[in-house]
Amino acid sequence: MSFPWAEHYTPKHPAMQWIDEKLPLPRLVYNAIGAGYPVPRNLNYFWNFGVLAGLALVIQIVTGVIMAMHYGANTLVAFGTVEQTMRDVNAGWLMRYAHANGASFFFIVVYLHIFRGLFYGSYKAPREMVWLLGLVIFLLMMATAFMGYVLPWGQMSYWGAKVITGLFGAIPVVGEPIQTWLLGGFAPGNASLNRFFSLHFLLPFVIAAVVILHIWALHIPGSSNPTGVEVKGPQDTVPFHPYYTAKDGFGVGVFLILFSILLFFAPNYLGHPDNYIEANPLSTPAHIVPEWYFWPFYAILRAFTVDFFFVPAKLLGVLAMFSAILMLFFLPWLDTSPVRSGNYRPTFKKFFWILIVDVLILGYCGGAPAAEPYVMISQVAGAYYFAHFLIILPLISRFERPLPLPGSITESVLNRHNIKGEQDALPGMGADPQPSNAG
Amino acid sequence: MVRIGAFLVGLFFAGWLLISFLVGAVAYVSEPPAVTVEHEFHKHPKEVDFSFNGPFGKFDQAQLQRGFQVFKEVCSACHSLKFVAFRDLKGIGYNEAEIKAIAKQWAIKSPDVDPKTGEASTRAPVPADYFPKPFANNVAAAAANNNAIPPDLSLMTKARHDGSDYIYSLLTGYQNQPAELLKHFPDAKTPNGLHYNPYFANLNLAMPPPLTTDGQVTYGDGTKATVDQMAKDVSAFLTWTAEPKLENRRRAGLATIVFLLIATALAYMSYQNIWADKKKAA
Repeated sequence: MSFPWAEHYTPKHPAMQWIDEKLPLPRLVYNAIGAGYPVPRNLNYFWNFGVLAGLALVIQIVTGVIMAMHYGANTLVAFGTVEQTMRDVNAGWLMRYAHANGASFFFIVVYLHIFRGLFYGSYKAPREMVWLLGLVIFLLMMATAFMGYVLPWGQMSYWGAKVITGLFGAIPVVGEPIQTWLLGGFAPGNASLNRFFSLHFLLPFVIAAVVILHIWALHIPGSSNPTGVEVKGPQDTVPFHPYYTAKDGFGVGVFLILFSILLFFAPNYLGHPDNYIEANPLSTPAHIVPEWYFWPFYAILRAFTVDFFFVPAKLLGVLAMFSAILMLFFLPWLDTSPVRSGNYRPTFKKFFWILIVDVLILGYCGGAPAAEPYVMISQVAGAYYFAHFLIILPLISRFERPLPLPGSITESVLNRHNIKGEQDALPGMGADPQPSNAG
Repeated sequence: MVRIGAFLVGLFFAGWLLISFLVGAVAYVSEPPAVTVEHEFHKHPKEVDFSFNGPFGKFDQAQLQRGFQVFKEVCSACHSLKFVAFRDLKGIGYNEAEIKAIAKQWAIKSPDVDPKTGEASTRAPVPADYFPKPFANNVAAAAANNNAIPPDLSLMTKARHDGSDYIYSLLTGYQNQPAELLKHFPDAKTPNGLHYNPYFANLNLAMPPPLTTDGQVTYGDGTKATVDQMAKDVSAFLTWTAEPKLENRRRAGLATIVFLLIATALAYMSYQNIWADKKKAA
């Protein structure tokens, strides 16, 4: 499960030795995120986001459990209990805003984590399982976030629940019974709210379990790195602790500063005002929009406006929206280029940046009203999204001529510093020999 | 196989989206969507220079008390404030005796149950009570208000974009329908019983102008009660009812961020320190 040169856990204190014999949990932690896990020495800041996502999950669970202590899962009182939490519970406003904005920050860091994986080819062999488990986490997150948004029982909660469960209603023949079954009624009501609350409480712990599998699967081949060249020897790695715990500590600080700015000074910026209106089944909001992290997929859903023979446009939209995520499960087998890192793939790199812009455009259109020109723009952007993963990527990996790869991680680090040394006219900077104690 | 399947699925979705685009584009060009009267005449709220604007702004307690007076004497006749209790008025500077008096003299009574007969009754509110609702239920509210239910105001400034500015703009925005509007949209004449207001989403509002004359309320602190002043004050008050913890939040935020800046600087230095040998070596 690790490189042969990994440091070994050797408890010195008799108490620690006693524990290690009975239950080697400290040993497990040591080998997973301690000095016993050798990590490539050249990771850049984009490798911080896994840890940040884990931190975001912890923030969500802690604030969420406290909120649940003050919440009433009943349509008659749900909205009021959330308001009471904000007004009469000690630091209740802090828990509530931290939870609502924490969800946004969870998605921000997870999206950055996913795009890091896309650029550096982290999904490729031998790390396919890491990628697949990551996608499972992403799907669980989306389900959890959707159900969490229903709980305050505001206008967007109610109508969002109606629209999203309505997607299942698009399935031919069995669609409507499925929708009724999911909601526990013909429209979102007390039964829906209760089950959403129950599942919203459960799923984060399922996510935590899949996170453990995700990290377990990662530790078998070890972390990837910006060159995409595999670790060749001890000189290529440093122990996770203290090197990356220190670097991640800095990343955590930056994350918490940005999080605090939003949480304390603009806590409703990412929310929708309509959710401060109590749910009213008789009054439909002018624009029903989900939370921002669903916008790209919502744009794809709404982009299908023309029936395909006997298949209604709505069903196509639903299929496309689910496919937009599910197709990522096939990514390791669609991109067959043996070169992992986008840094050495000139054509791939260009299309990668087009994809980024494309997803941002989709996101913008998904948040806009379902009117022209937004629908037309999301049709073009949606077409590119599917073409990118399903057509362009397999073709690039077939025809692209990658740049020469560095011989090893250490060589790339040396070269980088060499070039920098020459530019800065500081002779000797890059020429120092490797210390023998590396790793 | 995976790649062939993916290619076909990709071709289908991308192709059908492009066809949908063409269909949409042809329709867009041949029949451009009609311009709506809301699109042409709806106005964004006017920007108001409130004391609580900006990241370090604070409530002006005198203003909140004036705004409360406007709510008490004007708004509360029709609008409820169900998430705010009399005891909360401590937050705008009233002491316990004052709050007791305010509750006792409140025009609307709190619902209660007669302890002897068990029948529904009413009594004067006490500080622990939430502001009593002016109507027994939505049916009564609609019946008394030309079929429109006056919304609860507790969260109004958070339930609208730029809520504080919006309340002010709405209260001061009543006007006659512009001749320009009727010329281009003859069908859009404000129906009887509604009132034209360009700050309202669909331009025609059931609420008659609530603040009509200067001096409608008499402020205890000597401030001249112009319509503009009353609108500002009540917007400020409703900003407080929607976010009573605003000042606590900003104070806590400042302290947290200062702490985090120091902690992050230390974390950065320890990161540099720990990596020093690795960076020099390379």
